[in-house]
This record gives sequence, structure tokens and C-alpha cells, in this order.
Amino acid sequence: MKFKLSLIALCLAMVAMLAACGGEEKKAEEAAPAEKAAAEQPAAKLVLGVAGAHSGDLASYGLPSVNAAKLAAAKINAAGGVNGAMVEVVAQDDQCKPEQATNAATKMLSDGVKIVLGHICSGATKAALPIYLEGKIVVMSPSATNPPLTQSGDYPNFFRTIAPDDAQAALEVDFAKSIGLKKVAIIHDKGDYGKGFATFCKQFVDADADIEAVLFEGVTPGAVDYSAVVQKIKGSGADGVIFGGYHPEASKIVTGMRKKGLEIPFLSDDGVKDDTFIKVAGKYAEGVYATGPKDFSSNPIYQEAVAAHKAEFGSDPGPFFPEAYSAALALLNAVKVAGSTDYDAVMNALHNSYVDTAVGKIKFDAKGDAEGVGFSVYQVQDGKYAEVK
Amino acid sequence: MSETKSMNQQGFLNLFLTAGCDSFPHALRKSFLVAVWFAFLTFPIMVIKVNTIENTVVWHWHKIGYLAVAVFFGSFIWRWLLARKELKKDENREETRIESLLTRVQSHPVLKYLALGVLAAAAAVFPQVFNLYQTNIMISCLLYIVLGLGLNIVVGLAGLLDLGFVAFYAVGAYAYALCNMHWGLNFWFMLPVGAVLGALLGILLGFPVLRLRGDYLAIVTLGFGEIIRLVLENWGEVTMGPSGISSIDRPALFGVKLGVIGSTHYMYYIMIGLVILTIFSVNRLQNSRIGRAWLALREDEIACQAMGIDKMKTKLMAFSLGATWAGMAGVVFAAKTTFINPASFTFWESAIILSIVVIGGMGSIRGVIAGAVILILVPEYLRDFAQFRMLLFGAIMVLVMVFRPQGLISAKRKVYEYKVNTAGAANE
Amino acid sequence: MDYFLELFLGGLTRGSIYALIALGYTMVYGIIELINFAHGEIYMIGAFTGLIVAGLLTMYGFPGVSILAIAVVCAVIWAAAYGYTIEKVAYKPLRGAQRLSPLISAIGMSIFLQNYVMLAQTSDFLPFPELIPHFGFMESMGSIMSSSELVIVLATISVCVALTLFIKFTKLGKAMRATAQNRKMAMLVGINVDMVISATFVIGSSLAAVGGVLIASHIGQINYYIGFIAGIKAFTAAVLGGIGSIPGAMLGALVLGLTEAFATGYVSSDYEDVFAFMLLVLILIFRPSGIMGKEKAQKV
Repeated sequence: MKFKLSLIALCLAMVAMLAACGGEEKKAEEAAPAEKAAAEQPAAKLVLGVAGAHSGDLASYGLPSVNAAKLAAAKINAAGGVNGAMVEVVAQDDQCKPEQATNAATKMLSDGVKIVLGHICSGATKAALPIYLEGKIVVMSPSATNPPLTQSGDYPNFFRTIAPDDAQAALEVDFAKSIGLKKVAIIHDKGDYGKGFATFCKQFVDADADIEAVLFEGVTPGAVDYSAVVQKIKGSGADGVIFGGYHPEASKIVTGMRKKGLEIPFLSDDGVKDDTFIKVAGKYAEGVYATGPKDFSSNPIYQEAVAAHKAEFGSDPGPFFPEAYSAALALLNAVKVAGSTDYDAVMNALHNSYVDTAVGKIKFDAKGDAEGVGFSVYQVQDGKYAEVK
Repeated sequence: MSETKSMNQQGFLNLFLTAGCDSFPHALRKSFLVAVWFAFLTFPIMVIKVNTIENTVVWHWHKIGYLAVAVFFGSFIWRWLLARKELKKDENREETRIESLLTRVQSHPVLKYLALGVLAAAAAVFPQVFNLYQTNIMISCLLYIVLGLGLNIVVGLAGLLDLGFVAFYAVGAYAYALCNMHWGLNFWFMLPVGAVLGALLGILLGFPVLRLRGDYLAIVTLGFGEIIRLVLENWGEVTMGPSGISSIDRPALFGVKLGVIGSTHYMYYIMIGLVILTIFSVNRLQNSRIGRAWLALREDEIACQAMGIDKMKTKLMAFSLGATWAGMAGVVFAAKTTFINPASFTFWESAIILSIVVIGGMGSIRGVIAGAVILILVPEYLRDFAQFRMLLFGAIMVLVMVFRPQGLISAKRKVYEYKVNTAGAANE
Repeated sequence: MDYFLELFLGGLTRGSIYALIALGYTMVYGIIELINFAHGEIYMIGAFTGLIVAGLLTMYGFPGVSILAIAVVCAVIWAAAYGYTIEKVAYKPLRGAQRLSPLISAIGMSIFLQNYVMLAQTSDFLPFPELIPHFGFMESMGSIMSSSELVIVLATISVCVALTLFIKFTKLGKAMRATAQNRKMAMLVGINVDMVISATFVIGSSLAAVGGVLIASHIGQINYYIGFIAGIKAFTAAVLGGIGSIPGAMLGALVLGLTEAFATGYVSSDYEDVFAFMLLVLILIFRPSGIMGKEKAQKV
């Protein structure tokens, strides 16, 4: 009895706590009137699974894709749905952890989901893909850039709306050479993405006689400061820094470098080509180069999606939002073209028919990488990323 | 019985409203003050959202209203639960309903075998009745039961606080992943190898650190766990670094490779077997000579040494035996997810395993099982509240500790009954 | 030599950062022998409160230095309030329970607070304004030490000295030492032990909040997760120096900061944490109570 009562009390306390946080939920509900309308009609529904980090320390990379999927679904539902079926978004959290990702994948599999937008992290994607492959589920990631995911050919069901790391690294090194760097320090964040990118950069640098890597080091994400690494960069005599990783570490390193009077060029990757980086690093961000997907800010679909995001969620979209939005559109379009969620038909549609998305008009090559999606180099100028021509 | 019940009910209401206070108005005032305090406390973080770039502020006043109301009522429950805990303090020995039910079932042979039979049947048909996802998370849960029982040897029985248990788990997982990748060694061969590696590493770590006491041991084991993870992350040539190892073989059934569904079911039965083996072994260990030595060591180290128990050997045994299960669980984990990277072996993993042991009830096998079921299955089913999942998880940990610090199902000490007659008196 | 000096100063700054957080750990441990895992979260909450207050004040056009002062004061008030409340909610009911229970409760509290801040605010990184002014005389030193680093080091030293004097000479400080030595005895001589423990939490949390605002202003960004890593490191520093001892925490933090800086500078930052933890293991093996810790005689 004692036990039972304490359990009840516990539940009550939980409910009370939830109620306190309820404000936000309500907003989310209001935000999706189209979905609600869809639920009222007994029409057929098409489930779009969204998997990725929705909690934990990487949540800020995963949540934008959920918003993107919701907006894309709302847009398509407003236009009558996919072949008459209303799109429903079901999100599964994997916290970017492999074991959680397999759980999320089996959940999708047993719920009969046929198209999945995700996962966010390459590691989690790798863990989940075999399950999707078995279940004949088509997966499209907005952010998993690890090259072997498509290039190994192990996972024909995997697609992505972002270009792989090696293409980006090649561009980065070419660009470093073009601005006259001779000795670069390559720094990474020891993560799957950052270290992978940095390793590719090092390979390209080593293969090139005109440029050499004087330093190759990893920093610990979340460490309180990076002054020792900054000193080391300074001591190495490098005339430029290439950083592989995400914006929190990048802004800490750049801030540290500039504060210490180290004004050498700082080149980074897609994880840094994010407006949050400029916001966080502030004036120190000025002049930083970052590679990122080709400029699509003039793309009408992109503009429309951003406007919709602002209207619905009251904020600017986060990282990988355009890619996720495009992936959702591409998946839903493929189902539309295929006429059903039949695996082969959807795959066929993805490989063969072009679709207009926020990242441009794309289709997918035999390996699953999007054609027409590439990288450009950007530089922070006056607090904005501007493409370097 | 019935009179006491009605009296109890009246007393209950009374107690509920005035617990820890002189009178009802006093209680009201107290709750009101608590609500105001929490409103103040959460004011900046809950209410104000500033954007320092665009210099805008958004105020969420309504949130604080909900919170104050929730805290106002919550504080009644809180005080009542505290008062109840205080009242029942002297009856600490008394078992709860569930515990006494379990004990009664256990001590009655017919009931015991009946219950075991029902349990076995339920376990056997589980994958057939429930879908793949349910089976999959059940495997996770069974995995954590094994890990929890392993850590229970170290923390629950021997009383050594180990915050780096995940290191052994990682070693097992990487051992299988690497051997499988390089030499194609199969699961069944690596399962005992993983166990042996875990045990060896346990001894290796145990030697230097076991002379430390209490919290020092805790922080050193934490450091050790982190070192293992960092080495896995940075020693890219061997461990493949942060990108991890993928396409690890699932266990094959007599050389036949199974599909996702088949191998998930197979994995499930392997785990059931492993859990039974673990429960059996831990139970036997607990009541063995070494098990009693662990308990003695936990209760009083000095007295234990005075009794002639080799402290070092006993502690090392606890460490290595605990690590054995972690090594095995690691092998199973690698085979289950088919992909591992260092991100799966962080400190939080150790913290979760430790929570399983402590929330379930230290030193109690039933408790650890209950703990694993609650901590692993409940968050899985709370996926719908994905955002609030970890929040609730943290809150539950605190609440369980505050109101039931001995864990949900506390350990039952074995009672040796002496049935001697007067002859025994001579010994005194 | 320059390189050495630069690394040394970098390590000193990092050590001072750890020390500000480690002091709170060590005070709480000294009094109730509890590893307060939620302490790192208090530091994070302090930083967030500072950010919110600073943002509000900037908007209303307050002058630079007054923003820093008011932000620190507000961060201290709220962090102290959180510390006080956490003690009352999660630790006080557990006094006298098994040793592990408060520890688990602390881990739970830590998870809870992280997610509470994440849900109430945001999971993104937020830019933290540079509140610490630039000193003219530091310009020439720019390449080896910035103004904010100097402020952090000075703040840590003054806090440490003040705390040591406080513990040594004030009535409350004496009561704290008495409680740490023997709680029952302290009660018998008329010390309000509950009050002393609350005061310890309040002081420890205030220090963490000061650290939170200064460090966040130095680094320029915060999110809900910063407390955890800083907390683990600070705790390591506290144990290294001998947990429960205030000069020990300071010394341990400096040793840890310098070790990390030199390991990064002369070996590789890949293994910087490995070095930190190796150092901890080695010191504890040869001096099981930490550098400044007193070997306690076992009572039989």
C-alpha cells in the first residue's frame, strides 16, 4: 500500500510539473492546424518518420529537422496531401546514440513507417541503417555526411540532401591553397564528423607538395577554454587554421586566437557555417571562412520555408533546416511519383525524377547522394556569411 | 480491522492536510510561502527569454502561474510523504506489500514454481506476442539487468562505489567488434573471451586503486572509465576512433545468418539465457563464503580483517567478478546494435547503471531487476514526451531517493536459524 | 621560454576557472561528505541568470561596468537560492541514509536541472556578452594574457583568501569547521547544524555563480550543458588537492589546469583529459587523501 501510494503521489507530482511546462505544448498544437484538420478527416495517412537527436547535448541539431518535417507536411497537406493521403510526422528521439538509434529504427519498423527523415549524426545513422534496410524503409538524412554511408554501397536505401565530407574537404584544401596558405594547422573536435573531415583535409594536404600540415590535433568539446591549443597553433608557425567540427568549439577557438592577437585565416566546415556561429563569436567571427552547401538563400522554396518557420515557431530555423526541409519534400514527392510507398517504386522515383526543393532542383545518383548539391566557400563579412567567388 | 480502517481514513486526511505543521492554516501558509519561493526561484529562467543579439525580450508570465499552483499543491504531498516516512521510520524492518508478497511466494515451494513457470512462459512467448520494437527494448532491458547485477556485486554486496563500470562494458564490446572485424571470430567464441577480458581488466584496475576508500575510489574509477573512453576515441588506428565500428555480425544460429526479425528474437532468447545464468550465479555467489565475506567487508572493514578475511583478495574478487558480467554484456551489446562507437560508453551510462542498482535496492537481486525494468522501460514508453523524458528521469531519481532511500525492493538478509538446544549454551 | 610562459599563464587561467567551481564542491564535501553533483549545474544556472540580467540591462541602456556588477549580484542571489533549495529538497531528507543515496539524488538533480534549463530556455548555444572591460595596461600583454583572464585569476585568488579568512576567523566559519569535524558534537555545543549546512550551500553556490558569470563572459558562449564538464573537472581538482580542504582545492585546480595546458602544449591535446585523470590516479595511489588532505585515523 505504502508503495502504491507513493507511486500515485509521484505521478501526481509529475503531472503537476508537466502542467507547468504545458504552455509550450499548446503552442505546438496550435502551430499545426493543417495536421489537426487532417486528423479530423478519416482520410488515409502517410507517416513520415523523423529520427534524430531531439534531446541531449546535440538536440539543437536534431530539433530543426522535426520543425522542417512538420512545415513540409503542413504545406503538402494544405495542397491536398500526397495522393490524397495526409502526411503525419512522427518523431523518434535517438540522442545521437547508436543504441537509441536502433531502438528508434525498430520502432519505425514495427509501426510500419515507410519513409524516414534522419538520422542526424553519422554514427547513429550507421547503427540504424541495417534495420531500415531489412525493413525496406527509405531513409534520407539532412546531415549525415560520413562518406562511406553512400559510397560503400552497403545501403542502397540511404539518401542524403547534403554532400559528403570528402568533397567538402577537397574544396577546403583547394581554397586554402588559393588564398596562399603554405603551412596549416588542422584542428578537430574528436567527433565523428569533425575528425573525419579533418582527416580528409590532412590527406589532401599531405598529397599536395605546395602545402603542409604543421599541426594535427583534437580538442575536447566542452572544455572550459582552449588557450593551450591556441598557443600551440601560434607556436607551430602555421599561417592558417583548418577546423573540423561544430560551431561552439569553433567560436571558442577563434575568440581565443583573436584575443591572443593571432590574426591568421580560420577555415572551417559546414558545422560552422551556421548563423549561430556569427551570433556567438560576434565580432571575432569577422573574416572566418567556412564551406557550406551552395547558396540557396535566393531559392523561393527556401524563403517560403523560413517565413513559415518564423510564423509558426517564432524563431529563425536552426542548423540543417533547409536540408531537412528538402529531404522531407523529396521523400514525399517520391511517394507521390511512385503512387504508393512501395520500396522499389519510391527508390526508382528518387533516383529518376527531379524535385524542386529548398536546396535547388535535385535528384539522387546511384549511390544516394543528391545531384546538384555541392559546396561553396563563404566568408563572414559584416556579420553575415557571404559567398566567396 | 474495519474500525481501524475508517479511523485510518480520517487520520489520513488529517495527516495529509497538516503533515509537518501545527494546523491546517499553518499548512496553507507554509504551502503559500513555498509557492512564492519557487516562483521567485524559477523567475529568471522560466519567464525571461532574452536575445542579446537583437536585444529583444520575451516574457512568459503564464508559466510561473502554473508552476506556483503546482508547487502549492505539490508541497502538501511532499510534506505528507516526508511525515509518513518519519512515522514509519521505526518500522523500517517491516516489508512493503510487494516485498512480503515476493517473500511469501518465494518461501512456498508450490507457489514458487508456479510463479517461475508463469514467468518463464511469459518470457518465452513475449517476442511472439509483442512486436519487434517491444522485443528490442526488452533486450535492452535484459542487458541492463545483467549490467545491474554485475555492478550489484561491486556496489551492493562489497560496498565499493564504482563510477567507471562502463569501462568494462566498453572493453567487452570493443573486443568482440575488433575480433569480428579483423578475424571474423563469432559471437559464441567471443562471449566467454569478453567475460575473461572484463575480469582481467577488473583485476588490473583493482590492484592499484583498492586501497582507496569511499569517495576517492569513486572518483578514480570515474577517471578510469573516462580514460578508457578517451583512448577508444583517440587511438584511431586500432579502435577506428569516433566513427566507430559498423557491420558487426549478429550471432548466427548454427551458422545460419538470420534477418533482423529472426536475429532479434534469437538475441532475445540469448539474453533470457544470460539473465538466468547471471541471476543463478549471483545468487549462489551471494550465499557463498566469498559472498558473506563481501557483506562483512561492506559492513565493517576493520572487523572483517580482524576475522581473518583477506581484504585485498576479497575486493579484487568483487571487482573482477562484477567486471566479468559487464564484459559479457558488452559483447552482447555490440552484437545487438551491430555498430559501436565511444559515444555509447560515457559517464552517463555508468550513472544509469548505478541508478538501476541504487533505485532498485542495493544488494537485492529482485530490486536490481525491478530497477532495470523501471529505468529502461519507462523512458522508452515515455518517448512521446521525448522532450520531458530526461527531466522526469532526473526527478524520479531524486524522489525515489528521498522517499525510499533503501531502494524499491530492499535486500533481505539471509537469516540463519539456529535450532540448537541447551547444548549450544556451553559455547557462550 | 615564451612558449612555456604562455602555456603556464593559460594553465593558470584554466586552473583558476576550475578553482572557483572546486571551492563549492570541497566546502560541501567537507561539511556533509557528499559529492554534490548538482554543483556544476548551479554554475550553469548562475551563468544563465547572468546572461538574462545582462541582456535586460543592456536593453535599458545601463553603462558597461554596472551591468557586470548587477549581473554578478543577481547571479549570486539566484544561484544561492537554487543551492539552498536543492539542499532542502534533495539532500536534507536523506541525512542519515546510506552513503550512496544522496549521491544518486545528486546525480538525479543534475539531470533534472540540465533539462529544466534546456526546456525553459533553449538547447542552442547562446552568445554571452563581454562584460569584463578591457584594461588599457593589458594591451601590451595582449598576446599572452587578456584582461578577462587577469580578472578571473585575481577573482579566484581574492575569493580564496577571503574564504580562508572567513572560515578561520568568523563565528559562522568556526561553526562550519566544528560541524565538519563532528556534527553531533557541534549540535551539543549549540550550533544550529541545519543552518550551517544551508550556509555552506549558499556560499558554495554563490562562488559558482561568480565563476559562471566571469567564465561565460571570458569564453563568450553558454548552453545548458556547460555545467557538467566543468563540474567533473572541478570535482577532480577538489579530490586532487584533498577534498574538504580549501587551499587544497585551489592547489589541486592549479595543478590540474597546468597539467592540462602542458600536456596539450608539449604532447597533444588529444590526450589532455587522459593526462588529467592519470595524474589523479597516480596522486591518489601514492597519497590516498590528495595533496593537502589529512590522513584521517580510522576510528575503531
